Amino acid sequence: MKIVVAGCGKIGTTIISSLVEEGHDIVALDISSDALEEINNIYDVMCICGASTDCDVLLEAGVAQAELFVCVTGSDEINMLSCFLAKRMGAKNTISRIRDPHYNESSLGFIKQQLDLNVSINPEFMVARELYDILKFPSAVNIESFSARQFEMIELRLKPDSLFDGLSLSEIRKKYPGNYLIGTVVRDDEIFIPDGNFVIRGGDKIGLTASPFEIQKLVKRLGLFQKQAKSVMILGASTTAHYLAKSLLSSGHTVKIIEKDREKCQKVSDELPGATVICGDGAQQELLLEEGITTTDAFVSLTGIDEENILISIFANAQNVPKVITKVNRGELASMAEKLGLDTIVSPKKVVSELISRHARAIENSLGSNVERLYKLVDGKVEALEFKVRSDFEYQQVPLKDMRLKPNTLVAGIIRNKRPLIPSGNDFIIAGDRVVVLSAGHQMNDLSDIIR
Amino acid sequence: MNRRMIFNTLGRLLIALSVLLILPTGVSIYYKERCTLAFLITAAISLAIGISLTLLCRTKNHVIYAREGFAIVSLVWLSMSFIGSLPFVISGEIPSFVDAFFETVSGFTTTGASILKDVEAMSRGLLFWRSFTHWIGGMGVLVFVMALIPNVSDRSIHILRAEVPGPIVGKLVPRIKDTAKILYLIYIVMTVVEIVLLALGGMPLFDSVVHTFGTAGTGGFGVKADSIAGYSPYLQWVIAIFMLLFGVNFNLYYMLLIRKFKAAFKSSELWCYVAIVVLSVAAICLNIYPLYENFAEVLRLSVFQVSSIVTTTGFATTDFNLWPDLSKAILLILMLVGACAGSTAGGLKVSRVVLIFKIIGREFKRLIHPRSVSRVKFEGKSVDETVLGTVTTYFAVYMAILLSAFLVLSLEPFGFETNFSAVVACFNNVGPGFAGVGPAANYADYSVLSKVVLSLSMLLGRLEIYPLLLVFIPKFWKKD
Repeated sequence: MKIVVAGCGKIGTTIISSLVEEGHDIVALDISSDALEEINNIYDVMCICGASTDCDVLLEAGVAQAELFVCVTGSDEINMLSCFLAKRMGAKNTISRIRDPHYNESSLGFIKQQLDLNVSINPEFMVARELYDILKFPSAVNIESFSARQFEMIELRLKPDSLFDGLSLSEIRKKYPGNYLIGTVVRDDEIFIPDGNFVIRGGDKIGLTASPFEIQKLVKRLGLFQKQAKSVMILGASTTAHYLAKSLLSSGHTVKIIEKDREKCQKVSDELPGATVICGDGAQQELLLEEGITTTDAFVSLTGIDEENILISIFANAQNVPKVITKVNRGELASMAEKLGLDTIVSPKKVVSELISRHARAIENSLGSNVERLYKLVDGKVEALEFKVRSDFEYQQVPLKDMRLKPNTLVAGIIRNKRPLIPSGNDFIIAGDRVVVLSAGHQMNDLSDIIR
Repeated sequence: MNRRMIFNTLGRLLIALSVLLILPTGVSIYYKERCTLAFLITAAISLAIGISLTLLCRTKNHVIYAREGFAIVSLVWLSMSFIGSLPFVISGEIPSFVDAFFETVSGFTTTGASILKDVEAMSRGLLFWRSFTHWIGGMGVLVFVMALIPNVSDRSIHILRAEVPGPIVGKLVPRIKDTAKILYLIYIVMTVVEIVLLALGGMPLFDSVVHTFGTAGTGGFGVKADSIAGYSPYLQWVIAIFMLLFGVNFNLYYMLLIRKFKAAFKSSELWCYVAIVVLSVAAICLNIYPLYENFAEVLRLSVFQVSSIVTTTGFATTDFNLWPDLSKAILLILMLVGACAGSTAGGLKVSRVVLIFKIIGREFKRLIHPRSVSRVKFEGKSVDETVLGTVTTYFAVYMAILLSAFLVLSLEPFGFETNFSAVVACFNNVGPGFAGVGPAANYADYSVLSKVVLSLSMLLGRLEIYPLLLVFIPKFWKKD
């Protein structure tokens, strides 16, 4: 499928990287030839230097034949105008980054309709929503939802002396019965989608799907339970912080925001009167101690500098803050930060590229594959794919335990009559179901692809 | 440095080479010649080395950076030339290994310089192989392999850059694999059209195939002692026109294919190329008219020689060594200029020459107005300063190598004109020079040292210097 990506900044590059991996034909567009040079060296894409609002440049990039046009330059207005032009020149679908709250709060629907825009993305808002989910359930290292939020996968880091240590999945099931499913296991950077014989070890990061009640039970049993964070300290008054604080405040949390820049402080306190705004340098440990980092329930570092976020989070960890969340944009730094003991890391880039590849899949779907929805989990290494079961599916009424699935594949959820179901080995698939499959390392286009 | 990946790629390439050797084997079987065995042995050797390299150097790390790209390209070309010369040696038709190596390098680099004293005595299989190397080398063997093998690394752009001639390498479509396929498709279609046109004009099929290979790769190996001179005017015109066509940037053909006619004909490199050809033909026509006194013949001869030299092919329809000095000087300059970037031709390339003149113009302007700021424009776009830098450096390195090779060749007793034109003709992948190495003569009398130097300069010319030069720098191979 042909996709044109305009704007090759941080987010643009991540989008290109994930789309190339998915096997699309990409044309990259940017005004800076340096940025393009870098991309041309690393990815197999065509690069065109020019302004994305220039019709000649768009024509050269072949938007007329493009299935999808993604515009993620730094300016909302350029993005909107470019998408508008691209659509008029024949691009089938357009996605624009629009992040200014002015556009988002009141007139987004109108703008999208008038510009014939398919999707608008607001990375900051998406990250804030992810952060909010995690703060709601701080026992988890990470929470990822898929299939339109019908299923949630909770990632937990097991203690070294965990109850599960040394047990295989089928033994765990016997010992601790319940309606839950271990979908992923991460051990030393390697990812597994386990079957019944897989042996869990202490220190593993496991991904669980279950109903909220079951999860509470399990988490308590595993000694990982943490109370919901009541007071949250946020470092940096970025747009993300703004969105996050807003939703935290409206659900009754206390929020403290620390920001260096006085003007930004004033702006935040104007807009969020409920929040405590502190004007000071969060890199000073003295200030953090004075503002009560030792007593806060959660600490979220959202400054624009990855390194600063990582270092201050390490400090917060040392002060035994129950939940520390770090925003890290650069992938390579994220894995390093994890090695330094920071468990919960969110990356805006990742959030956006996931969304775009999901849309690309959805468009491709209408061109031949049968994936209804696609979610990327665990740093994009695992995919949760949703398929609709058609009446010609061969393995209907066959219990899941008797299906010979490909390695690293798992049926993680069934949606029957609009109700989510977490399957055990005795459940089976029938026509009309929607089936959620977890898979790592396979390219799946149809439900029958899961069978060996 | 990812050495495993380099040798793995080399192995795959040698396997591809053994497959390509099937064609000349088939030809020699058809003509029931003794060299069949030589081809089979060579193919077996190539296959054995190729398979053992791919098995020994398996690696999970497929990442290649610029330096791996350079290393792959230069090693592939060197080993291809070694293995490609084996059929000549094994069959005994060119007993000396250095001679066979020279002949094969001359083939792959599309030079067309020969050490054969009597071409017509060679067996047909070997003649076919000699010309087939032109065809493979013209578009680049790695590009060919990229079009065929699955799982091309994302970073293969480094290989494409190192193998495809020209200052800027652009892709036609987003994927390298598809770009390579399109390039070869255009190449194959043009080749077939020329074969058909030649065969229709009454040239024997074997001759048409061989001459088409020589034209397509802008090589110049023929099957007759007098090159193309013995064929009818129609055939000469066909070859002349196709030589010119293969000297055009292939990107333009792609634009025609996707119906972007305006963009294709807007290319300023194309028009410079056309202007150079037209002016040279006009000057040579006037200059040689007194020799022939027949306008049709004068026009045909000058068009053929000019297109043969400017595209660095090296076919001849007359011994242009006997022409007046002015015509010879024009031809010598054309050798240096070469044809368009992104074609199969050698030389400096028209786009580089144009850029160099524009840089000179800007420098003059800067001398008069020291504070002036001006960007060099080409093809309607401002050219990046780094590209301008590489163009001037390239020119400097090019001259340095040309002169050093000339210095070594001056040890030979053949005279200034012979030696200088030999270096120019080899380095720019033209083939025939003047005097002792003119179209009616050959390179057989040069010493072993000179033949090695000339072979290296052919390779340097084809790969545009840097890849091959870097291989000889120890630092390049350091592990870091």
